[in-house]
Amino acid sequence: MTHALDPVRLRADFPILRRTVADGQRLVYLDSGATSQKPVQVLDAERAFAETSNAAVHRGAHQLAEEATEAYEQAREQLAAFIGVQPAEVVFTKNATEGINLVAYALSNAATSGEAAARFRLGPGDEVVVTEMEHHANLVPWQELCRRTGATLRWLGVTDEGRLDLSRLDEVITPRARLVAFTHQSNVLGTVNPVRQIVDRAAEVGALTLLDACQSVPHAAVDFHACGVDFAVFSGHKMLGPSGVGVLYGRRELLEVMPPFLTGGSMIEVVRMEESTFAPPPQRFEAGVPMVSQAVGLAAAVRYLTSVGMPRITAHERLLTEAALGTLSAIDGVRILGPTTGDDRGSAVSFVVDGVHPHDVSQILDAHGVAVRVGHHCAWPLHRRLGVPASVRASFYLYNTLADIEPLAAGIREAQAMFGATAPGPERDGGSAACA
Amino acid sequence: MRLTAEHQEIILAHYRAPHRSGLREPFDAEIHRFNPTCGDELTLRVRREGEGARATVADISYQVQGCSISQASVSVMTDLVIGRTAGEAEELHSEIAALLRAPVPESGAWPSHLGDAAAFRDVSRHPARIKCALLCWTALREALS
Repeated sequence: MTHALDPVRLRADFPILRRTVADGQRLVYLDSGATSQKPVQVLDAERAFAETSNAAVHRGAHQLAEEATEAYEQAREQLAAFIGVQPAEVVFTKNATEGINLVAYALSNAATSGEAAARFRLGPGDEVVVTEMEHHANLVPWQELCRRTGATLRWLGVTDEGRLDLSRLDEVITPRARLVAFTHQSNVLGTVNPVRQIVDRAAEVGALTLLDACQSVPHAAVDFHACGVDFAVFSGHKMLGPSGVGVLYGRRELLEVMPPFLTGGSMIEVVRMEESTFAPPPQRFEAGVPMVSQAVGLAAAVRYLTSVGMPRITAHERLLTEAALGTLSAIDGVRILGPTTGDDRGSAVSFVVDGVHPHDVSQILDAHGVAVRVGHHCAWPLHRRLGVPASVRASFYLYNTLADIEPLAAGIREAQAMFGATAPGPERDGGSAACA
Repeated sequence: MRLTAEHQEIILAHYRAPHRSGLREPFDAEIHRFNPTCGDELTLRVRREGEGARATVADISYQVQGCSISQASVSVMTDLVIGRTAGEAEELHSEIAALLRAPVPESGAWPSHLGDAAAFRDVSRHPARIKCALLCWTALREALS
């Protein structure tokens, strides 16, 4: 890494960042944790595919069908190289949520899928382990899997500092654990979890692992083979790619024996009226005509990220995150949720403002062109653990600059002046603090 | 979101000094509602007087954890509804909901009988916030049903 990333030069690739909002103000986009913006290279790739090679893939023998299939499979190869795995280990899904559900339903289906799938079976006495900082997408599917199979859900807690409480790792992940599903990087706290330590404990007890990498793959070089996880998921739209495409990584020998989730066209080997056999992975897990132009767009996003350089993106985000943590911590009444230094931490910076509801903070920020996320960010149990109903989240990406931080701070101070200046008076007859 | 300075002041006045805030006894119905996107919470108690169609809303008490819009809205609602019949409360709810959800937001002032609720006019331009203003009204409908 010879020189730092130049966000001002990169911004020229993102047309949306040139628009103004809120009556002519510069757009300060601090919501990439929810969805990122797309460079022209991604938009052009999708359009070029639609204009030249659009066809249904893996069916038909005409030239367009062959070109479309090649474009789709090349996208798979580029995604695989980006995350350090084999193309056959990359399953395209609608999004990360679908990827997690695919695994959860495959585990359910294992009960009726013959001996080859026996290692995926779950039942009473078995345990599925998650963490208290999971996005609902990596919690609800496991709650439902446990409900369907009679298995028990357990979880690792979160410390007051916003780290996983690993002091009870061996008590929570026991020989009864069959699967451990956890996030690489919290979408709320920014916390980067120690993947290796959790994977090693899971391996000791023979549990499968699934990594939610939605907030890590867009922001850092991630190699799933090196991580040692069995499964991992991420979404295209958080990494400069289109929406409607995500990736499930699965270790080859697992995908080969794992039963399908969705069934139908494309995923079969032989179909008879009585019964069918299924294609090998990854096709077994891609029923129906897939999202080809989105996969092509996602491959373009991966090429873009690679050309900028993932280590440079990580370093740039660390610079922004540390600056934001410093600026926000210096405002009286602002409390950062999660780690307050840049160590083992990504660029999601969530906070609460004493006496001002997150919606009211965002209302003021929005009026100044600053786009942030508010609410529980699909991590309601985590917010409950931290004792707040909701929070404001600013999240940074490669196209953000240090100049994006001051409008955020200015908006917070204005919100404090408007909503927080008056302490609850005697008329407030109880129980209605803005952000208790 | 942008509100006019005048509307913002009305909302802030209710937010800072909410009318009839707190939970009181006696009550005939208690409703607990969540806003699933932001985790906001409202507990609403309603006491009725009289029977049948002539029954009126004698008191509304509440505890709310939410933004200025949701807090002000329940405060304004108590101003509008107490002393009215359930049918009249339902009409007010329908009228306010229709104004908030109008495909073309109203640019003029809301009718004067809607009182301070008129300050929520420009919330209609921000679909994500309409539910903040209507949370208390849907709770009231449930309490009166």
